[in-house]
Amino acid sequence: MTASGSDGLYRPGDSRIHRLPAHAKVLAVLVFVIAVVSTPGQVVAAFVAYAGLLATVTAASGVAVRFLARGLVVETPFVVFAALLPFIARGQQVDVLGLSLSHDGLVDAGTLLAKATLGVWTSMLLASTTRPQELVAGLQRLRLPGLLVETLSFMVRYLDVVTDDLRRMRIARESRAFSARGPRHWKVLATSAGALFVRSYERGERVHLAMLSRGYAGRLVLSADRAATRRDWFTAALLPACGVAIAVAARVGAS
Amino acid sequence: MVTTPALEVRDLAYAYPDGRQVLYGVSLTMHAGERVALLGPNGAGKTTLVLHLNGILTAGHGSVTVAGLPVERQHLQEIRRRVGIVFQDPDDQLFMPTVAEDVGFGPTNLGLDREAVAERVSEALAAVGMSDHADRAPHHLSFGQRRRVAVATVLAMRPELLVLDEPTSNLDPASRRELADILETLSLPTLIVTHDLPYAWQLCPRSVLLDEGVIAADRPTAEMLTDEELLRAHRLELPYGFDPTVAPPASLQWASVRPRRT
Repeated sequence: MTASGSDGLYRPGDSRIHRLPAHAKVLAVLVFVIAVVSTPGQVVAAFVAYAGLLATVTAASGVAVRFLARGLVVETPFVVFAALLPFIARGQQVDVLGLSLSHDGLVDAGTLLAKATLGVWTSMLLASTTRPQELVAGLQRLRLPGLLVETLSFMVRYLDVVTDDLRRMRIARESRAFSARGPRHWKVLATSAGALFVRSYERGERVHLAMLSRGYAGRLVLSADRAATRRDWFTAALLPACGVAIAVAARVGAS
Repeated sequence: MVTTPALEVRDLAYAYPDGRQVLYGVSLTMHAGERVALLGPNGAGKTTLVLHLNGILTAGHGSVTVAGLPVERQHLQEIRRRVGIVFQDPDDQLFMPTVAEDVGFGPTNLGLDREAVAERVSEALAAVGMSDHADRAPHHLSFGQRRRVAVATVLAMRPELLVLDEPTSNLDPASRRELADILETLSLPTLIVTHDLPYAWQLCPRSVLLDEGVIAADRPTAEMLTDEELLRAHRLELPYGFDPTVAPPASLQWASVRPRRT
């Protein structure tokens, strides 16, 4: 077992953004993303403004842009879908480099990409400035049902342990000259996944035993969270407030 | 006057629901301040016995009494406060986001308020020399540190009986010694389940040998570990080069309270 451990996407820092309480950040991100998603696609200026806002927050957080950009990988399926849109959508056609593409499809693809990128960017900012355990405590403060909070909390705690199990199993496989090259090896991989499941399940049972031994009676109290001051709320509200203003302006302008 | 034993196990028998019988009438008495090693080969029933001490398993036959209180359903919560079990894998024991929260888990379950919990946490972490790591995440600690925090999690409940299941497994020699130093400073009755015979020799004046679900021997550790025939009959062996007649046994150290080496 390694003692290194990881904090997920968290990048240590001491910026204003890092210091904000998690629940305030979660709410801010939620409102901002809703504002972005509800903006009509043809108002390009609005998306530029959103990007400008996020760039400002990124600069204030001190998180490396290169790190945030890596998070965009999760967007890949959307990119593929967006790339297909101009070919499959109907309506008015335009010629681009000799290809006949749907005008609506192009606009929709652009909008989809812009919204997905802004959404991922915002989430990455949240994840890189908030420790996973603070995030869980923040969700608890936002009155997420206790069972969900506990499940998330255990996930945060044991992700490393399970990943470590998986890594050791891989090393043990490879040490016996195994390498997954094709469907012939899927059986081995499936067996490993099964073994990992059984191990994790058994660990769950042992953890539960240990909890019972210390008088667990069905309620877990997390205390990593901290209350938000009025100033915290004001700081956290800046991003979503600007976002909502832009979204409203874009709607009014588009209609 | 007769004092109440810290632990009294009487004629304990147990079979798992699948019919496999593990314990066949185990009797064991421990007195206040006693440190006892529970020895035995794999599959002897040691862990099953341990799980009876705080009522995780309930006796099929016989009884378990902790400081006068029988282990029965109606006072399980009090039993779990009285008996602190440190499990073999600290990753099973430490599940909260930070060390302090984990050590506070037991006291919180006992219904203590915030200040009282905080006091218990700092007291327990100080006892294992981990006060500086209160706000760390358990997965950021070394294995030896995690084991010490696991001990703190049960100390925070101010138990009346401490039970350690294989405390030295996976520890490097320095962590092993640090743990021994900590255990020596605690004046709690302690049951150490182990294969590590030199550890039993160092810490426990008395040893109990469990094999095939019965107590095969119960005598001073010094006698037990020099009885080669007995050890061989129960698949126990001293490590190569360890000579019990040269190392000072626990019974000699037990009389004086030694200052902690750190």
